[in-house]
Amino acid sequence: MAGLHNSEFANPVVRWIDQRMPVFTMMQKEYGTFPTPRNFNYFWNFGALAMINLVIMIATGIFLAMNYTAHTSLAFDSVERIMRDVNYGWLIRYVHMNGASMFFIVVLVHVWRGMYYGSYKAPRELLWMLGVVIYLLMMATAFMGYVLPWGQMSFWGATVITNLFSAIPLVGNSIVTLLWGGFSVDNPTLNRFFSLHYLLPFVIVGVVFLHVAALHITGSNNPLGIEPKGPQDTLPFHPYYTVKDSVGIVVYLMVFAVLVFFAPNYLGHPDNYIPANPLSTPAHIVPEWYFLPFYAILRAVPDKLMGVLAMFGSILLLFVLPWLDGSKVRSMRFRPIAKWLFLLWTVNFFVLMWAGGKPAEGVYVLISRLATAYYFAYFLVLLPLLGKIERPLPLPESISRPVLRGGGPLPGAATAQPMEKA
Amino acid sequence: MALRFVKTAALAAAISLSAAMSMGAARAAEGEVHIPPAGFSFSGALGTYDRAELQRGFQIYKEVCSACHSMHLLSYRNLRDIGLSEAEVAAVAASVQIQDGPNDNGEMFERPGRASDRFRSPFANPAAARAANNGALPPDLSVITKARNGGADYIHALLIGYAEPPAGLTLAEGMHYNQYFPGHQIAMAPPLSQDGQLTFGDGTNATVDRMSRDVSAFLNWAAEPELETRRAMGVRVLIFLAILGGLTYAVKRKVWADVH
Amino acid sequence: MADTLAPSSSPPTTGGPHAPADGTKRDFLKLVAGSFAAVGVGAIVWPFIHSMNPAKDVLALASTDVDITHVAEGQAVTVMWRGKPVFVRHRTAKEIEEAKAVPLSELRDPQTDQARVTREPWLIVVGVCTHLGCVPLGQKSTDPRGDYGGWFCPCHGSHYDTAGRIRRGPAPLNLAVPEYEFRSDTQVRIG
Repeated sequence: MAGLHNSEFANPVVRWIDQRMPVFTMMQKEYGTFPTPRNFNYFWNFGALAMINLVIMIATGIFLAMNYTAHTSLAFDSVERIMRDVNYGWLIRYVHMNGASMFFIVVLVHVWRGMYYGSYKAPRELLWMLGVVIYLLMMATAFMGYVLPWGQMSFWGATVITNLFSAIPLVGNSIVTLLWGGFSVDNPTLNRFFSLHYLLPFVIVGVVFLHVAALHITGSNNPLGIEPKGPQDTLPFHPYYTVKDSVGIVVYLMVFAVLVFFAPNYLGHPDNYIPANPLSTPAHIVPEWYFLPFYAILRAVPDKLMGVLAMFGSILLLFVLPWLDGSKVRSMRFRPIAKWLFLLWTVNFFVLMWAGGKPAEGVYVLISRLATAYYFAYFLVLLPLLGKIERPLPLPESISRPVLRGGGPLPGAATAQPMEKA
Repeated sequence: MALRFVKTAALAAAISLSAAMSMGAARAAEGEVHIPPAGFSFSGALGTYDRAELQRGFQIYKEVCSACHSMHLLSYRNLRDIGLSEAEVAAVAASVQIQDGPNDNGEMFERPGRASDRFRSPFANPAAARAANNGALPPDLSVITKARNGGADYIHALLIGYAEPPAGLTLAEGMHYNQYFPGHQIAMAPPLSQDGQLTFGDGTNATVDRMSRDVSAFLNWAAEPELETRRAMGVRVLIFLAILGGLTYAVKRKVWADVH
Repeated sequence: MADTLAPSSSPPTTGGPHAPADGTKRDFLKLVAGSFAAVGVGAIVWPFIHSMNPAKDVLALASTDVDITHVAEGQAVTVMWRGKPVFVRHRTAKEIEEAKAVPLSELRDPQTDQARVTREPWLIVVGVCTHLGCVPLGQKSTDPRGDYGGWFCPCHGSHYDTAGRIRRGPAPLNLAVPEYEFRSDTQVRIG
């Protein structure tokens, strides 16, 4: 049997394939028996939810692309034709449109969980960084997707965001012209955005694969932030976490369905139902809600170049988060000071989101600046400092002991509190 | 576990809610005026359209609005959806002349409309529309309720919102004062100005408020013709998911029973 | 999802601490939940598939008006209907006679001439060869019309007669007759 994989499957067809290409063995190992910490809470659903969401976006996107026309004079009408004439077109389009919002909600919770429970710390730094890459790709994809219906917000959003690059000294304007393929956002821009909007999700799929591959080397973190010490601390992924993820998926689908069927335009902006008009800018240009915190940071800085750097920096900072946080303890449950500062950071993130939707004037500017200052201070000052001065609470001996002792979830109050505060 | 799950769900809901509220707040900042809700039959989460109202609304669009406003995303065949019979749709379509062509001689020609034709636009292009309207462009009304804060409520408010300008305010040339229009100066003259301006086919008393309501409802249907199907499907989907959720949760309890 | 889709009764292969005490109840639950999820997935698939069927505006455009005032005897026009060519031919008396004279036994797809026309001189057929969809020649007087005076498909050599019936070559069926009606002596509505 030299050269053939030693398969454990009994079914002859499965066995035949598995001996030659052990995909079944791999699936069994990575999703069947994969040892997973036994103390996950429901925050650990959000990775699976993000995966499902990505699949939904790609599926609906492919079918939308069959009816969409990437031309400035036809794009708006072609989207409305999907809504009116294509069979179930309205459903597919509203799922795709609200799916973007759902994707960001799910991923933001996923990131928040990683930050609260210290999932970014050694040995999971690369896993975390791949996640940040996915987040960046998602933002690029979402931005370009929003341009495609060619409404007023599409057009002016594209104009404003591409103009960010003009802040780069010397070559800025040439870069912007290159992005546009002309001297303003126009048909060439729309065409390339469509092309890239179709391409990037598949790049995301690739990076997700790496993200999961890295996860399966290090294994998952867990709410206690301590490594499993043996089989008594883990459960096979299937059926324990497949079924637990399924529960989360159904709840997620219900929230999704409420948006799609009863408030499909709630998270959108009415101006995007006005066809793009290069001669008239809407009174208040507001990006989609998931960009608002970063938009607030951009506007908080009075200098053009510095504003752009601060905005991109606020996200790129996440790449070095594993090295900014000097504490050896992962889970915030055992970090009495960091926990509260991080929850404050969470509130602060919502303040930024709120401020980003307000006009850039008066008290809103002041609030944006304070919130921006705290955003950066948390990463650049507080976290490094806490690593030196904070005294963490004593860690449990192992995952199984506290879990088994009480017969129920451990420090119920400790998990509950941060959730309510956030 | 159940408790923790509820908490996570609550958190996710809180996050979505905060996001939604910041959006809502951003919007409230834009519209300075409060728009009174008109209480349409389709206003609630499960509301549906009133076909008679839609038909009256279409009559108003046809006899009043269509003089200046296009609805180029709609076709005459769509009127089947508001309860017109096939023959009625054909008659409505045939009553307008549609440009077609070129014919064998290479010339454009006019012919009576067909059900498959788009609503005829009153002007050949935006420049012609501006030229005929004192420089102002009457917007296309196909998706107008989706394109304005407040939707149909706003359209209704706008149509009944004409008033004498407050003392001290001088209107620009050709402008009209409107309580609900952003900036209060609107180029459109009051389109529905007196009771009984037109006679409804179904005998309904054509008050200004009634007409404004009906045409707003019609425009809402034009923007969201899928609304009823969407909501009905939503109810079924949610019921299905609720049952599936219960079953999945029961399986989950069983599977995890031996761990706890 | 994958789990609920494929209801499996196998207990965890490693590390499963205990065997389920009430295995049958769990299995039944799993089966019900799994079937429910499967129904859900099935219901999700349909809108996607159906979105590829003709949209409402495409279906609405299913009729075409033709003015036949200027089509003289012996001439033909080609009009577009549902993205396909439709042949409208004003046949000569001789062509009509030829079409009528053919005994049905000689035909691969037996149909009388009367069954294929509503007004005798006017033959209206879909100009798509029933073999593999090419457009046969024969509309212009300079075109080859095949051995039977109707149409000749250059792709694989099918010959059609003056009633648009297949006479020789690989095509299995006569040229299709679309639904049409004479709205007046000079106006035909196809579809």
